[in-house]
Amino acid sequence: MLVTWMRLGAMALPSATLTVFVGVWYLAAGYYPPEQFPGPQAVALALVELTQDGTLWANTWISLARFAGGYLLAVAVAMPLGLLLGRLPLIARALDPLIQVLRPISPIAWFPLAVLWFGIGNAPAIYIIFLAAFFPVLLTTISAVRSIPAIYLKVATNFGARPAMIFLRIIVPAAFPGIMVGLHIAVGTAWIHLVAGEMLGAQSGLGYMIVDARNFLRTDVIIAGMLVVGLLGLAIYQGMRALERLIGRRWGLAQ
Amino acid sequence: MTAEPKILITGLEKRYASSRNGEQVAVTGVDLTIGAGEFVCLVGPSGCGKTTLIQLMAGFEQPSRGRPTIDGRAVTQPDPDHIMIFQDYGLFPWKTVLDNVLFGLEARGVAPGHARTRALETLELVGLRAAAAKHPHELSGGMKQRVAIARALAVKPSVLFMDEPFAALDTFTRLRLQDELLGLWQAQRSTVVFVTHDLDEAIALGQRVVLMAAGPGHIQRIIPIDLPYPRERTSDEFARYRRELFAEFHLVHQWAANPGGDVEGRGGAGI
Ligand SMILES: Nc1ncnc2c1ncn2[C@@H]1O[C@H](COP(=O)(O)OP(=O)(O)OP(=O)(O)O)[C@@H](O)[C@H]1O
Ligand SMILES: [Mg+2]
Repeated sequence: MLVTWMRLGAMALPSATLTVFVGVWYLAAGYYPPEQFPGPQAVALALVELTQDGTLWANTWISLARFAGGYLLAVAVAMPLGLLLGRLPLIARALDPLIQVLRPISPIAWFPLAVLWFGIGNAPAIYIIFLAAFFPVLLTTISAVRSIPAIYLKVATNFGARPAMIFLRIIVPAAFPGIMVGLHIAVGTAWIHLVAGEMLGAQSGLGYMIVDARNFLRTDVIIAGMLVVGLLGLAIYQGMRALERLIGRRWGLAQ
Repeated sequence: MTAEPKILITGLEKRYASSRNGEQVAVTGVDLTIGAGEFVCLVGPSGCGKTTLIQLMAGFEQPSRGRPTIDGRAVTQPDPDHIMIFQDYGLFPWKTVLDNVLFGLEARGVAPGHARTRALETLELVGLRAAAAKHPHELSGGMKQRVAIARALAVKPSVLFMDEPFAALDTFTRLRLQDELLGLWQAQRSTVVFVTHDLDEAIALGQRVVLMAAGPGHIQRIIPIDLPYPRERTSDEFARYRRELFAEFHLVHQWAANPGGDVEGRGGAGI
């Protein structure tokens, strides 16, 4: 009985928060002209309009494609590199100053160069997403490899496993739960930078849709775009969580 | 002791670099001969160098002096014919029980079909055939250690090194596994070097008990246990050995507490 109530409460609380949020938004918007601060009903109408004329789908697809491209490219480069650097401490030490200097530079700061190099279009946005995902994946992979319990390696060498077998069958799977954390962090930062990248250098995508709406003073479209970005980000994050749980179960780390 | 020596150690010493450029002597002056097929237990207080000694025999550490030999060959690195079993099992958590046992066979290049048969056979031997598809996190501590033992036995090693393999288990599981290990050893006749803190465990298992002492680590005494297997833990003879070991242990502790003191028995009678 108590459990049922608690479960109901657990579902009711977030819904209540959302309801209150929309209510406050509605009331607050009443004090401003709609071009400055549109209410929830105006945003809902904008969403319907964007869906019906097809712009929302077109821009969402292009954004997702760029995101997937930049993110997967970053993973494909940073993960193998991190696995190697984790096993080659000397080279890792040699590269460390470079990594430490490049890492704190916001991907946005690369934007002027990215446009000079790649022109306007997909490439600068993909490059910025790539940069945003690259360092979290690289650094967590290196530290995941370094924190593999020594006993796994001892057992593997004891049984006479060759270096290639140790790398593929021990290092990679043993580091994977740690790498997963990096993949997770990188999804978040990369998604945030997707919008920035598209605002600055693209002629399409959700980021572009938002800047374009500003040029026409369509604040309802701006907020609709922000909402879609937030919801998609949430969906990607949840997908990542599900994948993480699946792998955790496979690795025997699930609680 | 069996006539032909399997493991031969003379004048073994291991120093570790410690802080401030100093060196710490972990074990020194160790002479020990272990016969083929023998079961030897190493006991002694914490820090007396049991782990150091067994790691040196297994090739995980390099000696500072007096390299051990096994089958007449100097031990320079770990060898798939000499398998170490650790207290914390060392199972790969992402692999099933069967895949864990298969690992050693695959590392040796055994053909998949044969490897599978052999792995299932050894799992049967430790009574875990039914758990073949499980992951290590689904097993109890005792089952995990059985898997580690099966993984070792699968490659038919001539020497098993075991560093406190049952120390993390409860008393009942520990007693069961001791008996199982004896059964497996009697069936396979591999040489077993077994480190333990537990004097009863040493008396129940070892044909000889090597008592070590600290400051720096060395062999204090070697006591042959002349009791037939399986050993009755409540028998008078068992109790006699226990008294003997306790008396010796007491001296060791006294010496450890007061290394300068003149305590009889230091460096005592080896065999
Ligand atoms: N890798 C190492 N580096 C430096 N000193 C070490 C190292 N390993 C062991 N020692 C030292 O060598 C001595 C013997 O340690 P060892 O681990 O062999 O003892 P032990 O008998 O196995 O103890 P325990 O019963 O607690 O496992 C200790 O003084 C320890 O501090
Ligand atoms: Mg030890």
